[in-house]
Amino acid sequence: MSTITTPRRRKTGRGTLIDGVPRPSRVESVIKAIVLTIACGLVILPFVGIISTSLAPAEQVNRAGGFVLLPEGIDLTAYASILTGGVVTRALLVSVGVTAVGTVLSLTLTAMLGWALSRRQTMGNRQLLLLVLVSLLFNPGIIPSYLVVQQLGMLDTLSAIIVPTAVSAFNVIVVRAFFVGLPQEVMDSARIDGAGEWKLFWYMGLPLARPVLAVVGLFYGVGYWNAFFNAMLYLSDSSLWPLQLVLRTYVVDGTQLGAQDLGAEASLPPQTTIQMAILVISIIPILIVYPFLQRHFAKGMLTGAVKG
Amino acid sequence: MTATREARASTPTPTPDPTGTGRPARRESQGFWARLRRDHPVLLLALPGIAVVIVFQYVALGGNVIAFQDYQPYLGIGRSLWVGFENFSILFSGDPEFLNALRNTLYITLLQTVFVFPAPIILALLLNSLVSNKVKQAVQSVLYLPHFLSWVIVVAVFQQMLGGAGMINNFLRSHGWAGVDIIGNPDAFYALITSQVIWKDTGWATILFLAVLSQIDRSLYEASAMDGATRWRQIWHVTLPGMKPIIVLLLILKLGDSLSVGFEQLLLQQQAVGRDVSEVLDTYVYNNGVIGGAWGVSAAVGLVKGLVGLVLVLVANKIAHLLGEEGVYRA
Repeated sequence: MSTITTPRRRKTGRGTLIDGVPRPSRVESVIKAIVLTIACGLVILPFVGIISTSLAPAEQVNRAGGFVLLPEGIDLTAYASILTGGVVTRALLVSVGVTAVGTVLSLTLTAMLGWALSRRQTMGNRQLLLLVLVSLLFNPGIIPSYLVVQQLGMLDTLSAIIVPTAVSAFNVIVVRAFFVGLPQEVMDSARIDGAGEWKLFWYMGLPLARPVLAVVGLFYGVGYWNAFFNAMLYLSDSSLWPLQLVLRTYVVDGTQLGAQDLGAEASLPPQTTIQMAILVISIIPILIVYPFLQRHFAKGMLTGAVKG
Repeated sequence: MTATREARASTPTPTPDPTGTGRPARRESQGFWARLRRDHPVLLLALPGIAVVIVFQYVALGGNVIAFQDYQPYLGIGRSLWVGFENFSILFSGDPEFLNALRNTLYITLLQTVFVFPAPIILALLLNSLVSNKVKQAVQSVLYLPHFLSWVIVVAVFQQMLGGAGMINNFLRSHGWAGVDIIGNPDAFYALITSQVIWKDTGWATILFLAVLSQIDRSLYEASAMDGATRWRQIWHVTLPGMKPIIVLLLILKLGDSLSVGFEQLLLQQQAVGRDVSEVLDTYVYNNGVIGGAWGVSAAVGLVKGLVGLVLVLVANKIAHLLGEEGVYRA
């Protein structure tokens, strides 16, 4: 979006101008380098520490009293103990399932609604668009939302953490903006050839919208993976808990994870190691999709939203 | 797509949108049922998504009526007693818990406006001043990352860094220094949550500012440099004026949000630090309503909170217009 063009250099009587701005002085460059290095370090260092501690041998963790910056060896017992059944494994499966089902559902509903709202000549189009836009302006509140979910009998079911957040009005607007921007001549010619609305949506709209749907899908996926409060609000049955709630209970609140919670008989590695391993497991999916997100979000999301 | 097929066939290259209004010329003599028959595939496509929006936004919004009820879950909305504005009296009766939540909310908003809001602006200026695109993109990819982590993870990461057995304290102790007490310490709590927000969202928030910075006319810089402006004067006289509209816009939005601060973030840390310092209006509604059973009162607080937020945005937008800024929208 912003940084694609190479800066234009120009020599003038007042020294070299780069895109119209004088060259930075030595001192300035050094200070900036230091500031940015520290900023990046503050982000990277915690991750290094967490991953290292989760991999470090028990003996080293105990000696350090908790945190390790560089593991003396690689010891996977913490991962083995949480991934071979028990609370964490179950939560991981719930999170993966909810994220997969939720993302597919959200994408389907969003693509359909975005497409429908982009057909500006259909009846009720303006009213429906307004309905979606206005919903961006308010938030019903915790208690009213709870009452609706309760009335629908969704408490203590996984649908409670999928359906209420299935449609993001913002994402609908982004997808609609994309469809509106498509050349209408193509659509018209397909229609002349006898394509009905469904065919048009399925064979033209969806394939063309693949890039924007990829971004929107990634955002939905990250949202479902990270969802915490709705799960806490709607799920009192701890066997349905997603990973974020398990993370809260055993890492943030520091509840001890016993051998029976993990279905393990053998002695466990230190709590810190287990906590770090849970943390790593919940971060990894984000790290995996991050490069894709990053490639798309700057150009895809913002331009779409702004034009809409 | 306006006319019938025959009409279209006779005009092979129709000028799209002849009226220039984004809408085609009005169709004549099409009744409701005829239009419904024609448009029903589109409406069917819209239906499931619209249903979710209606149920979980609009119907839920209607649930706010329990603010006027002595709501009892076993009676439901239909049979609970109506009590008028009684629930709202908590806003004026000087209830210490409510006042505490209100005070904390406003204080945290103030902290965030002063310390969190300018951070991405400064970072964006810094990134924008980098000559090397490679360095810029590398720094961006690192600093955007924390935005995509959940609050649970961010809070856990901070605990592991700053907690009693965390990285910092281990380091200090192993060098013979005294440890620092941050996690669970009410005196350090506001500094802690402020730095958490900065850590999580500063990088991401630069996106908008960088987009705006890239739109500023290069010739303004050239001209000011010719007139002898230094880099600093260029920032002051060219860059910042160019960023003013987006800064005003974000401040307005921030004002509308000023009564909802870091709900998940604070909820997660209440157990460690206590409700005295960490209770804000949103956690108050949750703790007293869903947990404590004071449904009506909590809904009343939530409702007033939402209305005040809306009014704040409208007022701030009006003020922005009076000051000659674009604002969020123009009615």
